[in-house]
Amino acid sequence: MKEILVLSGKGGTGKTTITASLALLAQNSVLADCDVDASDLHLLVSPNVQESHDFWSGVTAKVDPKKCTGCGTCAELCRFEAVSMGEKAYIDHFSCEGCTVCAHFCPEDAIELEPNLSGEWYISETKYGAMVHARLHVGEENSGKLVSLVKRESRELAEEIGAKWIIVDGPPGIGCPVISSFSGADLVLAVTEPTSSGLQDLKRLIKLAYHFKTDVCVCINKWDLNESFCNEIEVYLEDNEIPLVAKIPFDKAAVDSLVAGKPLLEYTTGLAADAIRKMWPRIEAMLLS
Amino acid sequence: MKIAVASGKGGTGKTTIAVSLALAASTAKVQLLDCDVEAPNCHIFLKPVVDEEEVVSLDVPAVIEQKCTYCKKCKELCQFNAIAVFGKTIMVFKEMCHSCGGCFLVCPEEAFSRDSREIGTVVTGKGKGSIKFVQGRLRVGEALATPLIKAVRSRALEDGLVILDAPPGTSCPVINTVRGADYTLLVTEPTPFGLHDLKLAAGVLWKLEQPFGVILNRSDLGYGEVEKWCNKNNVPVHLKIPFDRKVAEGYAKGQPLVEIVPNYRDRFAFLLKELSK
Ligand code: SF4
Ligand code: SF4
Repeated sequence: MKEILVLSGKGGTGKTTITASLALLAQNSVLADCDVDASDLHLLVSPNVQESHDFWSGVTAKVDPKKCTGCGTCAELCRFEAVSMGEKAYIDHFSCEGCTVCAHFCPEDAIELEPNLSGEWYISETKYGAMVHARLHVGEENSGKLVSLVKRESRELAEEIGAKWIIVDGPPGIGCPVISSFSGADLVLAVTEPTSSGLQDLKRLIKLAYHFKTDVCVCINKWDLNESFCNEIEVYLEDNEIPLVAKIPFDKAAVDSLVAGKPLLEYTTGLAADAIRKMWPRIEAMLLS
Repeated sequence: MKIAVASGKGGTGKTTIAVSLALAASTAKVQLLDCDVEAPNCHIFLKPVVDEEEVVSLDVPAVIEQKCTYCKKCKELCQFNAIAVFGKTIMVFKEMCHSCGGCFLVCPEEAFSRDSREIGTVVTGKGKGSIKFVQGRLRVGEALATPLIKAVRSRALEDGLVILDAPPGTSCPVINTVRGADYTLLVTEPTPFGLHDLKLAAGVLWKLEQPFGVILNRSDLGYGEVEKWCNKNNVPVHLKIPFDRKVAEGYAKGQPLVEIVPNYRDRFAFLLKELSK
């Protein structure tokens, strides 16, 4: 079983479109949507939810006004500026990181720690194989923990059904959720576009992949929108000996396939779809080598 | 006035719009805060002269082994699995620490000394039209974006116009950026993804009980549901920016919208005037 992690640094490069198409190409795979904060993959693969579970994570502190004497100890100790003092202490849910320091040191034992219902996660059936996905509630922390959970569950599921591939739609950025998504990945596919922001984001991703000693390959999406930038990216990849597995041309059909709610490859046989189709055997070869 | 520019997902044109707003402002004091610390790109469009680069670090514990009696009180308190104690061994995982300070407080032997972990840098400078510029850059390999965002926000001007470029998504980094803004502009595109992500982003603002409106980028992609949704939910659509190959090409090279199509300058200026009412 091999795991491929699709990342893009910033969004909007076509990462999810490509992930959905890979799911269609890779026979016998499990899909894992680790973009738990704003996932879109389900819009393309129409999952049929089989199991849904709550995701409990961490605690939030809450003051019991009956016990609080307003001494201010919690406000003084909280490093996250979550406590404001009136006559009684008040804890702001969005600022509280659940470190429990206030509860531990409150002389009146007036602070309760409530477990956080931070989201849900699901196991689903799709036309392209089983899928594990999740939804973090608005404003919650611990997206990294939810990503780890999705990865763990998809691995278990893949073992159970004897899947050959796990295809992971990764989160944006380079922080906590992305770092969690690296564990266990055999190969990162970085999706970029020929713009200056695209190149900067790509460099950060590659640095991160080096940091975690994970192999990385790159595909340039909408490469023909700016050929000189595309060239710059190619030179950069060559200098750093990073394989370029596809150059996907701009294709209006990509947007139409989103509207139709289908993976691009199922929707059309245009040039972009063609390029993605040719990319898969290259990725496969990298994973199996 | 503080205006945040956000979007459920990235790549909607949020950054070029944030920079364009700053450039179109007629206010004397304008500041642009790049809070998208995991993918900071405002400088590409603003091309600022950098005055200062400051390293931001978190206080984290280091154990003084001779003092530790392995009582495990720190390990029990730490909610972030940053401390492990087994037998006569104690380990601190610096990179897991959220810097809550709990272990320092709870240790009866005063067995912790202060160490630090670099989380990133805050860059300050001046961009075109003497726009004040502050940008957070998360260190590659660092997990915690929020403390760096707080460091960027702490440099916000008290008066004048402050534009905040927010990270994508709906979790804590976004909340920490848009919270307390006088108004938030959500940038989206008319596709099913755009609609889905807009609903999530709107959920954040509703939960925070803060006012917001929408800017529709590449507005002629042909999917009408986004506007329908806005109308139904009384969310104002302030600006529609149709797709224009010239804009896409300029964007690729790092030109902000108002420089590619100058008459957007007036439209952004008008929008700012509207919002300041
Ligand atoms: S649990 Fe920690 S972050 Fe939350 S209010 Fe208490 S001290 Fe502050
Ligand atoms: S400072 Fe807080 S988070 Fe860091 S190790 Fe100590 S108890 Fe854990």
